[in-house]
Amino acid sequence: MAASTSPPVDFSAALVMAPTAPAEWLVILPVAWCLAIGALLVMLRRPIGLHPTIAVAGLVGLVVIDGLLLHQIVRHGPMTMMMGRWLPPFGIAFTADLMGALFALVAAIVALAAGIFSIADINDSGRRYGFYPLLMVLMAGVSGAFLTGDIFNLYVWFEVLLISSFGLLVLGSEREQIDASVKYGFLNLVATTLFLIATGYLYAVFGTLNMADIARKAEELRSIAPLMTLAGLYMLAFAMKAAAFPVNFWLPASYHTPRVVVSALFAGLLTKVGIYALIRVMVMLFPVEREELSFVLAIAGALTMFVGVFGALAQTDFRRLLGFLIISGIGSVFAGVAVGGPGGIGGAIFYSLHSMLVMTGLYFASGIAMRLGGSASIVTLSGLYRRNVGFAALTLMLCFAVSGLPPFSGFWPKVMLVKAALDIGAWWLAAALLIAGFLTTIATGRLFLLAYWRDGTTPAVNVAALPATTMAPLAALTLVALLIGLYPEPLLSAVQSAAAGLADPSAYEKSVFPGGRP
Amino acid sequence: MEAWFALLVGIFFTVAVYLMLSKFIIRMLLGVAVLGNAVNLLIFTGGRLMREVPPVIVGDTEALVGPAANPLPQALILTAIVISFSFFAFLLVLSWRAYEDLETDNTDEMRVAEPKDEPAPPLGY
Repeated sequence: MAASTSPPVDFSAALVMAPTAPAEWLVILPVAWCLAIGALLVMLRRPIGLHPTIAVAGLVGLVVIDGLLLHQIVRHGPMTMMMGRWLPPFGIAFTADLMGALFALVAAIVALAAGIFSIADINDSGRRYGFYPLLMVLMAGVSGAFLTGDIFNLYVWFEVLLISSFGLLVLGSEREQIDASVKYGFLNLVATTLFLIATGYLYAVFGTLNMADIARKAEELRSIAPLMTLAGLYMLAFAMKAAAFPVNFWLPASYHTPRVVVSALFAGLLTKVGIYALIRVMVMLFPVEREELSFVLAIAGALTMFVGVFGALAQTDFRRLLGFLIISGIGSVFAGVAVGGPGGIGGAIFYSLHSMLVMTGLYFASGIAMRLGGSASIVTLSGLYRRNVGFAALTLMLCFAVSGLPPFSGFWPKVMLVKAALDIGAWWLAAALLIAGFLTTIATGRLFLLAYWRDGTTPAVNVAALPATTMAPLAALTLVALLIGLYPEPLLSAVQSAAAGLADPSAYEKSVFPGGRP
Repeated sequence: MEAWFALLVGIFFTVAVYLMLSKFIIRMLLGVAVLGNAVNLLIFTGGRLMREVPPVIVGDTEALVGPAANPLPQALILTAIVISFSFFAFLLVLSWRAYEDLETDNTDEMRVAEPKDEPAPPLGY
């Protein structure tokens, strides 16, 4: 070693020398926290009685962390933490902006609700096979996907959440679940592989994987590089993850088979990660290509809405019906991404957040309905209203919310999307949004009519009183949907500034490269 | 060199897609295995092929002299290999369980989760 002759080492050439501020740790904390709790649960494999307590406490912690993170970002703008202190763009960046923090917070709320619901829904065998560790690792993957600033790292988080979702989906190993997992597994594998292919090409073209760096370089490379190909590949990969028509078939094949709480988690989280990635890549990294592809996105969105809602009308199984309603909602988000602008993108973000809360709540309702009525089919399910009026009222509110009726959370994003579509003259897209909303009202109305209002044709199943841990999360999510509907002001302004931050990512770039371009 | 590799990647993708379009799970699994390798080769080629010069800074120099192999794609591929291998392992076990429980490896006959003749929802009550 020539240590004595070499000049003093200048670490600042490769490393971030400024000490990491305590607040910056918040960017990575959601992921680290979930992984730590998940590891703890794996270590405590035998005392499964402790699992729910630890997991729920961990999820409460996650909500607090994400709340603090959102608070910081609202006050100070996007925050970046470099892994291993490598200078950007060489290290992996974790960059939280307003959109990522909003998604992460709502995901944490959904997971907390599911964690509480699971206490009564997951039996000892489910706990022994690792429901709670898988739940925490799933949340690590979801939080990581929402907060990372590196596109290859986004792929890794996709895989983390996908592999834990496999584990959750086959929990129970019933024949139906295995059948569903085969379809879910293969099709999602193709989707993430497409994502990886696109990322490989992107690296070949850009020579960087840092999203802030990509957003800057896209400008110069646009004339010489096939960015349209990249954008098209990403659009297809994320459309598949989000279950948009015509690549939606894995969702109705699988979402009705696992435990109710797993369905609810998937409904709230998985497709929305696809949506998040679509918005992040198409709006922030490839805005010009999004503009070019907007017609494709709009057609896909409109078809997705109708495939979803007609599928819902044709179903007899409560949970399969809900699966098609998720797809219909994805269509509305696609319409927003196609329209663009603060109204379209803001509406798409708002709609996703609303859909996370409401669809999870509806899946909880389907679980309680199965407990009360002893059936999952709306042909035989009946008389739920008479058996539990409060539960029926909560379900009705969620049905209104998912149909986009006021005064619930679905109304405002629908208004934003329809207005944005009309503003750019896409009257047919606005009409599709409204007609799909109307058909959703029919689908959920018929569900309510048959399963809740119809007098009991089957003898009442003797069920024990509902545990409070199943009703409380349903009531809480309904309350949030109602509050957002009654007082949408804070969320409206938040999603609008999130959309503005995507359209002009200079604040995002500045947080990654504080000293300007290296 | 890259052009030949591009062709090779294309052949890999062709084989993978052809196998995955099959109805039989065992062929789809083979397709998945080939697909993973196709993507790894793609990333490898995307990082540009520079032979036999490892990116090592020698002696008293402080920066790389001349072109050297790109280490980043190798890190990416390593990640992708681990992930695709774990996926393949999971799908392999899942397919075996599916074959045991559903007694078929033909995806057309896998209609347990979505039965063929479900009753239509009631039109009135």
